[in-house]
Amino acid sequence: MQDETDLTSLIFGRLSLESIPYHEPILVVTFIIAALAGLGVLGFITYKQFWGTLWRDWITSIDHKKIGIMYIILAFIMLLRGFSDALMMRAQQAMAFAGSEGFLPPEHYDQLFTVHGVIMIFFVAMPMIVGIMNFVVPLQLGTRDVAFPFLNNFSFWMTAAGAGLTMVSLFVGEFGKTGWLAFPPLSGIQGSPGVGVDYYIWSLQIAGVGTLLSGINFMVTIIKNRAPGMTLMKMPIFTWTALCTNILIVAAFPILTVVLAMLSMDRMLGTHFFTNDMGGNMMMYVNLIWIWGHPEVYILILPAFGVFSEVVATFSGKRLFGYTSMVYATIVITVLSYLVWLHHFFTMGAGASVNAFFGITTMIISIPTGAKLFNWLFTMYRGRIRFELPMMWTVSFMVTFTIGGMTGVLLAVPPADFVLHNSLFLVAHFHNVIIGGVLFGMFAAINYWFPKAFGYKLDDYWGKWSFWLWTIGFYAAFMPLYVLGLMGVTRRMNHFDDSSLQIWFVIAAIGALLILGGIVASIIQFVVSYRRRDELRDHTGDIWNGRTLEWSTSSPPPQYNFAFTPVVYDNDSWTDMKKHGYERPRDGFLPIHMPKNTAAGFVLAMLSAACGFGLVWHMWPLVGVSFVALVVGFIIHTFNYNRDYHIPAEDVTRIENERSQQLDRYA
Amino acid sequence: MSFPRLRYGLALLPLTLLGGCGMVVMDPSGDIASQQADLIIVSTLLMLIVIVPVIFLTFYFAWRYRKNNKTAAYHPEWDHSTKLELVIWGVPLLIIIALGLITWISTHKLDPYRPLDRIDADRPLAADHEPLNVQVVSLDWKWLFIYPEQGVASVNELVTPVDVPIRFHITSASIMNSFYIPALAGQIYSMPGMQTTLNAVINEPGEYQGFSANYSGAGFSDMRFKYHGVSDDKFDAWVQKTKEQGGTLNRPEYLQLAQPSSATPITYYSTVAPDLYHAILNRCVAEGEMCMDQMMMMGKGESASAQNMNSDDMARKHKNGQDRE
Repeated sequence: MQDETDLTSLIFGRLSLESIPYHEPILVVTFIIAALAGLGVLGFITYKQFWGTLWRDWITSIDHKKIGIMYIILAFIMLLRGFSDALMMRAQQAMAFAGSEGFLPPEHYDQLFTVHGVIMIFFVAMPMIVGIMNFVVPLQLGTRDVAFPFLNNFSFWMTAAGAGLTMVSLFVGEFGKTGWLAFPPLSGIQGSPGVGVDYYIWSLQIAGVGTLLSGINFMVTIIKNRAPGMTLMKMPIFTWTALCTNILIVAAFPILTVVLAMLSMDRMLGTHFFTNDMGGNMMMYVNLIWIWGHPEVYILILPAFGVFSEVVATFSGKRLFGYTSMVYATIVITVLSYLVWLHHFFTMGAGASVNAFFGITTMIISIPTGAKLFNWLFTMYRGRIRFELPMMWTVSFMVTFTIGGMTGVLLAVPPADFVLHNSLFLVAHFHNVIIGGVLFGMFAAINYWFPKAFGYKLDDYWGKWSFWLWTIGFYAAFMPLYVLGLMGVTRRMNHFDDSSLQIWFVIAAIGALLILGGIVASIIQFVVSYRRRDELRDHTGDIWNGRTLEWSTSSPPPQYNFAFTPVVYDNDSWTDMKKHGYERPRDGFLPIHMPKNTAAGFVLAMLSAACGFGLVWHMWPLVGVSFVALVVGFIIHTFNYNRDYHIPAEDVTRIENERSQQLDRYA
Repeated sequence: MSFPRLRYGLALLPLTLLGGCGMVVMDPSGDIASQQADLIIVSTLLMLIVIVPVIFLTFYFAWRYRKNNKTAAYHPEWDHSTKLELVIWGVPLLIIIALGLITWISTHKLDPYRPLDRIDADRPLAADHEPLNVQVVSLDWKWLFIYPEQGVASVNELVTPVDVPIRFHITSASIMNSFYIPALAGQIYSMPGMQTTLNAVINEPGEYQGFSANYSGAGFSDMRFKYHGVSDDKFDAWVQKTKEQGGTLNRPEYLQLAQPSSATPITYYSTVAPDLYHAILNRCVAEGEMCMDQMMMMGKGESASAQNMNSDDMARKHKNGQDRE
């Protein structure tokens, strides 16, 4: 008997039947729905016999366009999860007044706001921007793929593995109850003895590897793989912002990796980096995580700025105003984003001079950001603005983000921050810039580049529903939180005494329901667009009268993107080519050298996820086996010399001839 | 830098309008919080100089240059204007210079560590005034207030006299919290093994809300206390009442109190072990624990004795280093 228990605990570590929350009705229902939906999807794939296609054309694909699309699908799935958490929080806070405890006990509620933050930042916003960069950057550069195509596939699957581990925590064990940055001492082994913080740590460590590698990949791609003639100052502005974002990723993510590694050493090995006793110092954790955390904010927003720059120029039918100052503004923001982290904790008791320094550096960032806004404004000035969906999102962004920027600068004044820090005013501020900036930017990007990716445009009617519901829903959900912040209400509260606050929470909950409508409308938009794809078809490849190279190839682009590498003379290179009467080459095609698909990325990422799961539950045999398999897998993959092939010239000729016929037919 | 008139003079602003209906942050009762509220108004107004035109121009340009308006000018190649560039970089720069100056001055003036120099805008305070000292300890999940000069303590109730400068010394028993009374002054973190300081004064008698503004675990939502600003007489009466009704707070009672509990009722203590706060701060309340200040001096024993300093001096020197008093 004794031996049996030992064996069970050796294999399963801390995991037991007790860890499965089958006594929680909400989770059981969620599990049943998720399981049924999962089975439905699997059944559908089997019925349609999609398994082969899925494996060959998607899971093992190293085509940057397909990886980009997979990133965005991942982000959308995780958005549904993160948003369900948000709805439950809004419902709880709208109900739990004057003695009522609401429907979520702190045990559950505290996990919700933690996982909401983690998912929205790491598994919605990050995959969304990386996905857009993946799809767009190589096309804008006029190249055939990223610099390291296999690494790209591996990065995606590592991100997906991290997201998967976070999702597993819902049904096996628990997630952290610490807030999304897991400050010690609360996240230390004494404050959080359970597996929640370990899930947090290992999900982010695994996803972090993916993000870092994709940062390196894009930095190299942008520096080395530009089309001939494309000097840095002729690079499309979105690619510029992507370059700066990836520099930030490469410089910032190692800090996150290190600080989480130190936290896990405190938890597992008994070290004292951040503990209360034995010389540990939690202030060091707070500093380190924000030295990563603040650049992270700019990692998210810079590509969105790039999207708006492309959209505003295209739909105003005009060159981007102040291209050079736009580039320098981006670079200045990149550098300054490393000099402001302390503004996240003015209230930790640093001296007045330190606080004032970081407050002022923060304000200085608003100068280049303001310059960007003015540049977009003067791009619209004397333009011919077509209010297609991407442009609508852009205008909504410009107004919303300006308000969020103002409250941000306000929070950068340390004495003002002393009264607003950690309040719902702060919550309203960062949702104002992340939803109004990053998310609106991603919706603009999806509506803008969808026709390029799939060959047909997205349905306008449902797109407009989505746009208006999101915009109005955002204001209804977050303006009340500004008011509540000024009423001295702090965040992460499970219930309230003062029933005069309730009305504001009810309005915010209605806002969240409107946003739910926006999400549903955008799902309907995808379905309706797919069904109407023949009506919405774009045969030209240049549906918006675009200005950059991605619009010079077909929609969707062929696997090799460009039959001949384009030559660039201007930063609006496609406009420049059109103006000079560019003629597509119709013959003389050559074989094209392309990378070959591989399952290595998927396999290695799944092994990482197994290893992470073992580390969470202290299942040491699983950790050992999966880690050894991981190392061996990497070594085997390095000996795989069968990595590339040539698309024969006949195939290229055939594909390009079909395109020529299509263009002639619809010209 | 104070704008009490400004705050009421600008009553037409929506911000201050809302201040009338329960916005304690914008309409507080302590001098420090009032100055912080003024700062919010001044900074907002300063930023509106550029925010309002941007929002207006966004809508105006979007409407004026819409595709169907063929009367509007169209210059597809126009993409540069040095004059405009100067304005769009220059105006925000000037505003940030002004705001930066305000920030630098106000951050120093409203530094929570800085002893007060006034009771309110009209009543300056001598530099050598003696404030009322209160030691604050955040426990899981309640607040302990120790009054070293009065020799009493209370849980989840704070009482101080009106118009008397208060100096809070703040620490935590286990988890980081944030000590915040919006009506009185801005917040500051409470951290285990470390001490932060807050100087403030309440100007109007009343009952105010105090709470932790940094999430600290399951009982966080109920980690609230009532703060009473009262007259001198009433404060003396409260101390008297505490002395008569309260129990004792020595180390065993403290260790009992420090056990996690939420929505803890108000408790009074008539006597407090004199070294209790020092022991909490240095994490040596439990029997046999070595105090952090002693531990940090270990190995320096020889040089310390060579300079003829006793350990108390060293401890005090070290503590001063911690809280910069």
